[in-house]
Amino acid sequence: MAMAMAVVSFPSLLNKTTLSSSSSSLFTPTFLTPKPSSLLTKSSPNSKRSLVVSSMEAGIGVMGSKLGMMSFFEADGTVVPVTVVGFREGNIVTQVKTLATDGYDAVQIGYRRVRDKKLTKPETGHLQKAGVIPLRHLQEFRLTNVEGFETNQKLVFDEIFKEGDLVDVAGTTIGKGFQGGIKRHHFKRGQMTHGSKSHRALGSIGAGTTPGRVYKGKKMPGRMGGTKTKIRKLKIVKVDKDLNVVMIKGALPGKPGNLLRITPAKIVGVNIPKN
Amino acid sequence: MRPVPELRTGDIVEIKLEVPENRRRLSIHKGIVMSRQNAGIHTTIRIRRIIAGIGVEIVFPIYSPNIKEIKVVSHRKVRRARLYYLRDKLPRLSTFK
Repeated sequence: MAMAMAVVSFPSLLNKTTLSSSSSSLFTPTFLTPKPSSLLTKSSPNSKRSLVVSSMEAGIGVMGSKLGMMSFFEADGTVVPVTVVGFREGNIVTQVKTLATDGYDAVQIGYRRVRDKKLTKPETGHLQKAGVIPLRHLQEFRLTNVEGFETNQKLVFDEIFKEGDLVDVAGTTIGKGFQGGIKRHHFKRGQMTHGSKSHRALGSIGAGTTPGRVYKGKKMPGRMGGTKTKIRKLKIVKVDKDLNVVMIKGALPGKPGNLLRITPAKIVGVNIPKN
Repeated sequence: MRPVPELRTGDIVEIKLEVPENRRRLSIHKGIVMSRQNAGIHTTIRIRRIIAGIGVEIVFPIYSPNIKEIKVVSHRKVRRARLYYLRDKLPRLSTFK
């Protein structure tokens, strides 16, 4: 059973007829009819690993570092709040993954040069294979077409994006620690006076004997922040080639120095098919 | 970036402001600098003067492209960084010709 689960491979996922059976075998490992599993093993004799792939990007992106926020005056005097993003040495293609070799098309990019002592031996070996300088961060951008990308190719921001483009920016938010429901989920506060004893406490967390438990995913106090988030459809206000920075309208996750992943905005019907 | 003169609290300044809504006409604002908020490119000054018998305070971002000129007319000796006390004083102290 376990083996049949593991042999789900990308070619079989592509095949529409076996899609339902293969996906069910992915997510419900306990019961599996023998027929589709034998089909799967037949269809994919060589690749024996399950795939975990990210969603498709609208285009190649780059990584950057948050520098801070400022105001930007447009030509007509309108003030725009912008976040300045800088680029350290990096944004080099470290690996090109293809459907034939890896089961999906993606471009792996490295960012932020470090001393080679700072990396582990497997990391160094992976980069040496591509002949790339030691880089701290490696991220993949899954694309429909990876033609035109080769390892050790340098990606320049202003060749990919221009002023006025919309981008999605992903990064880690500032960690807030253990927070109550009011700050974490925007719950309402109780009365502070008039004899009320419920000030910032949670209200009811569910019904009584039926269902007799608290539902999964109930919003409660807990760790807040420090998670990955993506802020979508932000406008590039200015690209400064001399300073090697870019100004993006609005706030971006994290504190100055935070690693950001900038990709073209995914807009359904424009660069993402509607189905 | 347009050069901006050194502005201090207590300066009496004349600001030529272009108003895009009003067919790009220049309007002139004269008054005393009550305070200055330093914030890099978003540095602002607060100008006070009496207009039609009423005290008016306007905040200008001094690096805005709509401000065409800032001229320091004179300087009044002040002993505060923020001249908020002018609001409670006689209108004579906020009137400029």
